[in-house]
Formats: sequence, C-alpha cells, structure tokens
Amino acid sequence: MKKTYNINNKGYYGEFGGAFIPEMLYPNVEELRQNYLKIMAEPTFQDEFNQLLKDYVGRPSPLYYAKRLSKKYNTKVYLKREDLNHTGAHKVNNTVGQILMAKRLGKTRIIAETGAGQHGVATATVCALMGIECIVYMGEIDIARQAPNVARMKMLGAQVRPALSGSRTLKDATNEAIRDWINNPVDTHYIIGSAIGPHPYPDMVTKFQSIISEEIKWQLKEKEGKEDPEYVVACIGGGSNAAGTYYHFLDNENVGIIAVEAAGKGIHSGESAATSVLGKEGIIHGCKTLLMQTLDGQITEPYSISAGLDYPGVGPLHSHLYKSGRGEFYSATDDEAMTAGLELAQLEGIIPAIETSHALAIFEHKTFKPDDIVVISLSGRGDKDLQNYIDYFKL
Amino acid sequence: MTLKQVQGDDNKNMNRINQKLQENKKLLSIYFTAGYPNIDDTVRVIKDLEKSGVDMIEIGLPFSDPLADGPTIQASSTAALKNGMTTETLFKQLKDIRQTVTIPLIIMGYFNPVLQYGVEDFCKKCQDIGIDGLILPDLPADVYDEAYKATFEKYGLINVFLITPQTSNERIRYIDSISNGFIYMVSSASTTGAKSGFGNTQTDYFERINSMNLKNPQIVGFGISNNDTFTQATQYAKGAIIGSAFIKHLTHNGITTIDKFVRSIL
Ligand SMILES: Cc1ncc(COP(=O)(O)O)c(C=O)c1O
Repeated sequence: MKKTYNINNKGYYGEFGGAFIPEMLYPNVEELRQNYLKIMAEPTFQDEFNQLLKDYVGRPSPLYYAKRLSKKYNTKVYLKREDLNHTGAHKVNNTVGQILMAKRLGKTRIIAETGAGQHGVATATVCALMGIECIVYMGEIDIARQAPNVARMKMLGAQVRPALSGSRTLKDATNEAIRDWINNPVDTHYIIGSAIGPHPYPDMVTKFQSIISEEIKWQLKEKEGKEDPEYVVACIGGGSNAAGTYYHFLDNENVGIIAVEAAGKGIHSGESAATSVLGKEGIIHGCKTLLMQTLDGQITEPYSISAGLDYPGVGPLHSHLYKSGRGEFYSATDDEAMTAGLELAQLEGIIPAIETSHALAIFEHKTFKPDDIVVISLSGRGDKDLQNYIDYFKL
Repeated sequence: MTLKQVQGDDNKNMNRINQKLQENKKLLSIYFTAGYPNIDDTVRVIKDLEKSGVDMIEIGLPFSDPLADGPTIQASSTAALKNGMTTETLFKQLKDIRQTVTIPLIIMGYFNPVLQYGVEDFCKKCQDIGIDGLILPDLPADVYDEAYKATFEKYGLINVFLITPQTSNERIRYIDSISNGFIYMVSSASTTGAKSGFGNTQTDYFERINSMNLKNPQIVGFGISNNDTFTQATQYAKGAIIGSAFIKHLTHNGITTIDKFVRSIL
C-alpha cells in the first residue's frame, strides 16, 4: 500500500491524535465523529459550502506571483492570498464549514476560542450570517493586544468572554471553551479554530482548510503548467493554514513541506512557542501530540509576539510530519518575523498578519534554487496588527 | 478451613475500595488538592479527614490545565503548583501514609502528568505506597481498556470511570464491564463546583441508573456541598463525593477545623 500521512480510521496520524476527553464530552465528540464525514459528503452540504466560499468568502483566493520578492531571494515565490478572504484570514474557510455542520447537527449555540481574534471574528461572522448565538473565549492578554478584533466580534453580535486563568492566552481560552461545552452538552457546537483538539477536529478542520491546496494545484497548473510546487510553506500555531496548504501534497514526496513556528525571543530564551523543538509527546486539549511541558507534565506557557502562534502544542498531523521527517521545521524569532513582514509590505505592497510574517521569514533560514517554485501561505492580513507594527518599528 | 476463614483471607487480599463498598452504610468521600493550602498540608489533611469519619479520600494531583474542573478546584491546583507540588513530591509525602491511615486512598488527576511519569512506574509507585485507585477523567474508557487496564490490574489499582446524564445506556454497560470498583456518577452536565441542589432531572437520572442493576455500585459527585445534598444523593447511590465545598472550607478556615466540616455533612 502507498504510504500515507493522512489520518487513520482510529483518529491517529502515526502515534499522534486520538480523543483524550473527559466522559462529559464524550457524547458531543462522538456525535460529531459519527457524522462529520457523512455530512461533509452530502451533495447539499457541498453545494452550500462551495457557494458560500465563492460568494461570501470570495474564493478562489488568488495565487500571486511575487515578482520582487522572487527576485530578492532568487527563486520563484507564489503567495496564496488567504489574506484576501472575507474577514482577512484563512480561518473563515473552517468556520463556514463548521457552522453548516452545526446546523445539520441541530445545534443552536456556538462557542469558540480565539488567540489573535481572527478565528473569533470568523466565527462571529458566520454566526451573524446564520443568526446563531455566539460566545467567544479569549485570553485577557490577547484581548488587550488584539483590540480591533475584539471590537469586530462585538459589532458582529458575539459575546467575548475573557479567559482569566493560566497564561491568559490561547491555551486558556481553549480550556474555557471546553468547560463551556461540558456545561452545555446538548445545544452547543464548539467551533475549534485550528487543526487541534480531540479527533475528529484535527481532521475536520484540515478537510475544510484543504480548499487552499486544492486551489493551489489548478492555479499553479494554469500559471506554470504543473500542479506541484517544489515547496509549500506555512506558519504553524495549531496548524490549520498549514494543514490546508499541505493537504493535497502530503503523499507526494516530490513536494517539500515546510513549517515555520514562532521562536519568540529565541528558541532557548525561555520565551518561545517553537513546539517541535521544545515539545515532548503528551496530551493537550484532548489530543496526543507534541507540546511544551515541564518534566512533570505540566503544560508550560508559550510566548510569541504573535497571538495566533502563542500555543504550547501543534496539531497531531504536524507532530507526525515532524517525527516522520516528512516536514522540514524551522522557527522564526519575533525580530525575524517583524522584519519579514515589513519587507513584504515594501516589496509587494502587502501588509501581512504577524503570524504570516513568520512564514515569510523562511528566507532567513533556507536558500532555495532559482527554479524552485515556493508557495507560501499568506494566511492573513496585517490590519489587526498595525499597532504592533507601529510600536515595533516606531512608525 | 471454615467459611469464615476463607472470607477473612479474601478480605485481606481485597482492594480497600472493594472492602469499603461492602460496608453497610452510605459512604462519604472527600476530594482535596495535594499541596493545598500549603505544600506540607497533604498528610495532615488526609489524617484529619480519616479521624473525622470520612470513608474514602481522593487526593488531587494538581494539573496546569484541569479541563473538567470549575474555578474552585482550578484555583487550588494553580496554588498547589505554585507551592511547588510535583508528582515526585506527592509520592514522597505519602511514603509512610499507610503506617497510620487505613481508609481507601485514590489519586485523582489528569492523564498527562501520569503519562510523563510513565504509566507503569506511576502504578508501581501507587502500589508501593498503598494507593487503591485512580481517577483520570481524560483517560477515556476505550484507551484504558486497550492500553492500560492490564498494567493497572498488575499493580492492584482500581480505575474509576465517570458517567454523566448524557452517557448512553450502552456506554454505561461498557464502562460497568471494565470497572471493578465503583462508578463515579456525575450529577449534572457540568464542571466541578456547580451549584448544589438536585431537581427532577437529577433524580430521574439517578433512578434510571439504579434500574440498570449495574455490577459496580455508584458514588455521586459534583454539586454536593452539605448535609442536604449528601442525604439526597445517597438515597440513590452507595455514597457521595465532596470536592469544591471542602476546598472552599480549607481556603476560608485553613486545615485546623476539618472535623467541623465533616460533622456538618454527616
Ligand atoms: C493570520 C493567521 N495565520 C495563522 C494563524 C495560526 O493558526 P493556524 O496555525 O491554525 O493556521 C492565525 C491564528 O490566529 C492567524 O490569524
């Protein structure tokens, strides 16, 4: 049988994945597990999903040949413009899919966690679209550093509840969302924002995001006469834009898979979120995966200038790509990312999200050949990060 | 050999939890977080609980991200970790516990710290100390059954599973079939520390479980905080577990009036 990096029928990627959840969550997660593939395969679901991606999200997102960037790094760089999606990031691909899923499961209340606020905004948006109640958990620290997105969620009618425990960032917002789900097991669907959490979430989110690589294939065929680039590059928080960017190339080993994590102030500075290097196998948010923890198994508090990468774990697919050697993993520091973000603004006229800037910092770490086609997931736009860029560069 | 002797021998080998479950009374089990309020309080709290007439104790191994817990137990866990509590420290504190304490002791925690310690090493250590069982809410029944049941049993440990009002009868039967102590009957769909008081929804659920005639007795937990709720819950179950209410007592009164708290329940 051909080697596959995809999920197996027990919900694992290699040794990673599974559903390590308290019994209180079992009925919800099991209901989803039994139904998600069936629902996603329904023609009416696919029609509605594709229609919304087209008319509401604005897909297909362009695959843009970045001429000046290519020239500077002497290789062929394409940017997959997820930043041009409605709400400004890839996150909406997943929330459109999950809100349709929630409706088919008869759910009337939506909860979500958010770090940078992009997933929160994308969730609040689809809830407004469908007229469904929406509650978003967000770490108190992130509420402060992503103020524009908090305002957007409120304007969209969502309730933003601060997570006050732990590091008061994404991990803690996720804990609070899970607790909410435990307390509201019947009417509520939890829209997880990344390729993390108990099975079937990593797979479901990956499949909704896989539209990214599906489009890359035909767009590249149009532009270059071939479907497969030499490399696909993405930043990794939990790993949803990366999972979507890699998906259709996973089992084609001619395509190099490159992941860029957030090194924060430096991998060994004690203030980092470079999970593949600093992490060890364990359980976080119901999933067996690589995560940053003490020797004693306490989950540690990550750090990154980017709220969307500030997560102590990675999705199980990415742990598997790392461990198996299928993926090349790099990490970019705050400084490298900020510099790469500014560079993209000035070379191509595109201001990226700080999360995305980490992917763009790949050129600090790897030299490509002139003929290589390198597709970078431009996961989001930088509007939400303007204040951080202003403060950093004293603009 | 007389029948009496046989029973006596059996009892000696029997896990303390099973012995306790055979007693003809309703059982009070208390949860507390190890290393709370102060790092060195663990053993004192256990001894005082036993002296005050508690039947069974759940020793909470604190975790950084306790998903199934409400604010009270979260806060005590955070405080215990700040106090320096670790798995190794807890084992050291409990080293001589069986020289004085005879009631069943259960460690309750999350799976990741156990996984990092090494599941087999953890179980072995528990046996050495005289721990009788484990409650690990995020170790699912099927994973336990497949990967860890044999190890737990090798070291004489009883693993306790939770059921909730949403758990299907089929799954309850499955959980009953892989349990060999008691079933932890979570009173309502909630994290720990929910407000107390039982309505018709709870009593219907308790009655539904009762009518299933499970092989394992049930002990009710979540939302039990005083004599009223203890009495109500134990109408339908072999016993009840108090957690958050006891942690609150420790927070407000320290560890010197544990007997007063227990007397207010029984
Ligand atoms: C623009 C953008 N890119 C990337 C991420 C990281 O998430 P993921 O790794 O799931 O793609 C986020 C998260 O908020 C984001 O907003």
